[in-house]
Amino acid sequence: MNFREYRIGSRAFGVAFGLSMSITLFFPSFDLAASISSEVGLDKQLTSGWDSGWQLADPLLNGLNKPLKVLVRKDPKSGEPMEPVYAYVYPAGTSLPNGVTHTANLGKGVEELSVKQGRITEARKESGAVFLIKKSDQLLTFEDKPLSYMENATATKGWTPDEVLKQAADSDILHAGSGKTMFVREGCWWCHTLLPEQTQDWQVFGAPPMLGDFNGESPTAFGSDRKGPDLLHVGSRNASREWMMLHFFNPRLVQPHSIMPRFDYLWGEVDADGKKIDFKKWRSEYDEYREGKITTPPDVPMYAKDSEIRNLIDFVINLK
Amino acid sequence: MILKYLFAKNEAIPVGSAAIFFGFSAIIWFMIGTGLGSFNAAKLAFPDFVTGTEMFAFGHMRQVHVLAVIFGWISMAFAMAMMYITPILGNTRLWSEKLGLWNCMMWNVALALGLTLLWMGVTSGREYSDFPWPLDLAVAAFITIPLAINVWMTIIKRRTQGIYTTNWFFAASTFMLIIVFLVGNLPEYFHLTGLTEAYMTWWFAHNVLGLWITPVAAAIAYYVIPKVTGNPLYSHRIGHLHFWSIVVFYSTPAAHHLMSAPLPEWLKSFASVEGVLILVPAIAFVSNILLTMQGKWNMFVENLEVRFTVVGVLLAIPLNMQGGFQQTRSINWYIHGTGWMVAHAHLALLGFSTFLEAAAVYLGLQTLMKRKLYSLTLGNLHFWLLLIGFSTYWISMTIAGLIQGAGKIYEVPYIDVVIAEHPYMIARWLGGTMVFSSTILWLYNMWMTAREGTVIPAGRMPHELAYER
Repeated sequence: MNFREYRIGSRAFGVAFGLSMSITLFFPSFDLAASISSEVGLDKQLTSGWDSGWQLADPLLNGLNKPLKVLVRKDPKSGEPMEPVYAYVYPAGTSLPNGVTHTANLGKGVEELSVKQGRITEARKESGAVFLIKKSDQLLTFEDKPLSYMENATATKGWTPDEVLKQAADSDILHAGSGKTMFVREGCWWCHTLLPEQTQDWQVFGAPPMLGDFNGESPTAFGSDRKGPDLLHVGSRNASREWMMLHFFNPRLVQPHSIMPRFDYLWGEVDADGKKIDFKKWRSEYDEYREGKITTPPDVPMYAKDSEIRNLIDFVINLK
Repeated sequence: MILKYLFAKNEAIPVGSAAIFFGFSAIIWFMIGTGLGSFNAAKLAFPDFVTGTEMFAFGHMRQVHVLAVIFGWISMAFAMAMMYITPILGNTRLWSEKLGLWNCMMWNVALALGLTLLWMGVTSGREYSDFPWPLDLAVAAFITIPLAINVWMTIIKRRTQGIYTTNWFFAASTFMLIIVFLVGNLPEYFHLTGLTEAYMTWWFAHNVLGLWITPVAAAIAYYVIPKVTGNPLYSHRIGHLHFWSIVVFYSTPAAHHLMSAPLPEWLKSFASVEGVLILVPAIAFVSNILLTMQGKWNMFVENLEVRFTVVGVLLAIPLNMQGGFQQTRSINWYIHGTGWMVAHAHLALLGFSTFLEAAAVYLGLQTLMKRKLYSLTLGNLHFWLLLIGFSTYWISMTIAGLIQGAGKIYEVPYIDVVIAEHPYMIARWLGGTMVFSSTILWLYNMWMTAREGTVIPAGRMPHELAYER
């Protein structure tokens, strides 16, 4: 650099760029790190597990390394009926969520309760763990709601993942964690936001997310570009599995003007009875129906229990 | 042909090889990117067009289109411009043609691999930083860092005393791109979650546009207009204002992309004010270039490169007027998340920046291959198809966005919004298809220029020769 001006210029550049990085990255990090996880936030991170995008344990995004959300109706130890409660089951080998491995992420108050009363730091990936969400008698500072915390039921109650899964009917097990992976992989979030805006959106799509609703979630995938309705609270508006099934197989079966793609390929090869699904036949019959040659569309095959569409429907229904 | 030089001695590689390789790669990626765009648009207009296959589902292809045009077309055209403009302005040779060739080849390989994986659904789930982190590191190692080394070394080894405006921007942007890319993807290496992850996603998306695409595109105009018209740059000082206000004002408003997310309010207000200040570099840039055109406006009609450049500069006016104000709370609540934003993004990338890059590629390939453009007729057709196709797209998506905004505010059932938008989705597809067809003509024209264009005598510039066809 031959000129004195260039030395001054490069230093000025360093100062300007450094200042901009401080204001946009360093300063906000204090506020963002101080956010206290809400009950919604705890539920979301326990439901979706470690990560829903690309991860080493699930390189092709098949929904691996994910927890299950289970409605527990009977005490897994004694088998006695109990007040139904959702448990988040991490079978042995499943990565634990961010709030368990980095407890500071839970925020002030929630961290102390989760560690001391909830004993979450005793959870181990190798042996698996079962988590519950508990309410405390303290109040959240930014919302007039009770402060919730995580409880490691494996440590406090001795519930093991296997026992919890054994007592549950298949219809009480939500594969919502794997479903979030499907949501990310299939690019649902390119058209459906998970972010009702702070405007009249409240009326149609429900309450916008609050600070603390995202702690530990990755990717948040709340989208930027809406070509279909917002889905953050879709499970509260429509919880019909039958409707979801028809809609995913071919959205125009239930909504003739929909521009959503068909997701019939998520059914996989076989239906619930193990019979091979003949997509070619289905499409040609559907075309006949569209052309008015037959009066009813062909039946949509019932999906298999371990199909990818089951995960996705579980995820969508679980968006309350 | 060019690949044979990969293992040659640096001195034995003809001047401009790297730039020519980059130029043709850029045009081919432009064709792929706009082809995907046209295909995606067809699916939004006609949802049953190609259906039932995972690979051709909209959700699998949308991000491939976006990254193919950003990292394939736009960034490769930038690399092309840097590989020939930086040495010319330093009165020297490119520091290493060999590094340039390897950079281009690895860039093509990494991008093709990354986009194929993305197409299969292997994604980090973060908009604009969709590549999983191992690919991010590959992009940094094979794309951004070698490019920066070549540009910086060429500037350091220059044989002129001063550094011209264009090279300030090239040097600063190649450096800032590395920082933005590595910092913006921190959430993936270190598994940062929640609002931090969401904010960093948009910090990256904002800065890759603001500190890479916008300034480098502007730098091209700072070169092309004075070089081709023969007028000196209107004002070096306004250039300074442009440069410094980009660094200070354009690097700070990242949070304005998330005005309706629960981020700290001070951050959103700060970002919004800084966002309006984007008008400072914008006005400085546009006025500087248009005033440089004084007395040479005939070339806007007669010369293809000047026409492309000036149209790009003129499109910067609506771009920055939208960009400066649509992010304020009083406007953002209406248009956030609607087609308006899609239109705005295309105004930035397909309008403003693509026209400037096309000018750089036209001028650079003719200069380096020492051949006059094969056909002005095809060039004109390319220009008009691109401009009309883009305008159709922009206008139809802006209208669709306003419909969506109204639907949002007046609580119209969403399906009625979809029905109302349908004609505009067809218009968008037609516009996108025009753009795609124009790229095929362009590729043919440049290929024929390489083979059959009239040879430009030594010491002459392409624009000094008459067009022949």
